[in-house]
Amino acid sequence: MLTQILFYFFAGIAIVSALMTISRRNPVASALWLVSTFFALAAIYTLLGAFFIGIIQILVYAGAIMILFLFVIMLLNLGNDYEPDFRSSVWKATAAGSSLVLLALLARMIAGPATPNQTASVDLAAAQVEQYGAVGAIGVPMFLEYVVPLQVTGLLLLVAVVGAVVLAKRKI
Amino acid sequence: MNAALFLSAILFVIGAAGVVVRRNAIILFMCVELMLNAANLAFVALSPRAGIDGQVIVFFVIAVAAAEAAVGLAIIISVFRHAESVDIRNFSLLRW
Repeated sequence: MLTQILFYFFAGIAIVSALMTISRRNPVASALWLVSTFFALAAIYTLLGAFFIGIIQILVYAGAIMILFLFVIMLLNLGNDYEPDFRSSVWKATAAGSSLVLLALLARMIAGPATPNQTASVDLAAAQVEQYGAVGAIGVPMFLEYVVPLQVTGLLLLVAVVGAVVLAKRKI
Repeated sequence: MNAALFLSAILFVIGAAGVVVRRNAIILFMCVELMLNAANLAFVALSPRAGIDGQVIVFFVIAVAAAEAAVGLAIIISVFRHAESVDIRNFSLLRW
């Protein structure tokens, strides 16, 4: 019961913050509202039983990635005398109409008839967390089944770091 | 559990609408991050019935999002050097 109330509370915060993110004119305000969305999502991950993902969300997303965004906004001095960047009302009407259609399609898919897998009452993820702990439940499959994707992700991060330096530097 | 999937759909749609209505490249980027987070929420919401693999994939998605943010912001900085603005109308150099 308390979990339900907390879920709807944080879901409300997430939706309001997301709407504020796309409607603020000041990029700094947008970024801070996005941080608020990420914190609400971290709370929701924790409520859904994904404790490690909740912590990673705060450390990596709300911490590292948003710092990078704010750093670039301040480096380019976009925080003051920003020009309004909203498209015309035709675009806004298009966005509203297409997003309502997309939402209706997604809602129809989510609320559709249950597949056999959905009716299983056993919480598979909670069983794994029970056995290996919150970090081990993700770490064990990551180093056994997903070891190749893990190495490829490491390579991707290396390439991204080198690429970011090459792109942003004036003269190599 | 279905409520979490609905929240994921709503956040994805808000992010998509943001990409359509804004012209500031950095805010477009933030809307893309919002959409990535909505997809992550769907993975986490389905992990109780589909196993822990959903959460492992969320971990990879977060790592890829970090790499994407680093490269994307570097591109924005180099375009800003040329055009003194981050408006996406300056990003049409390669448009047909």
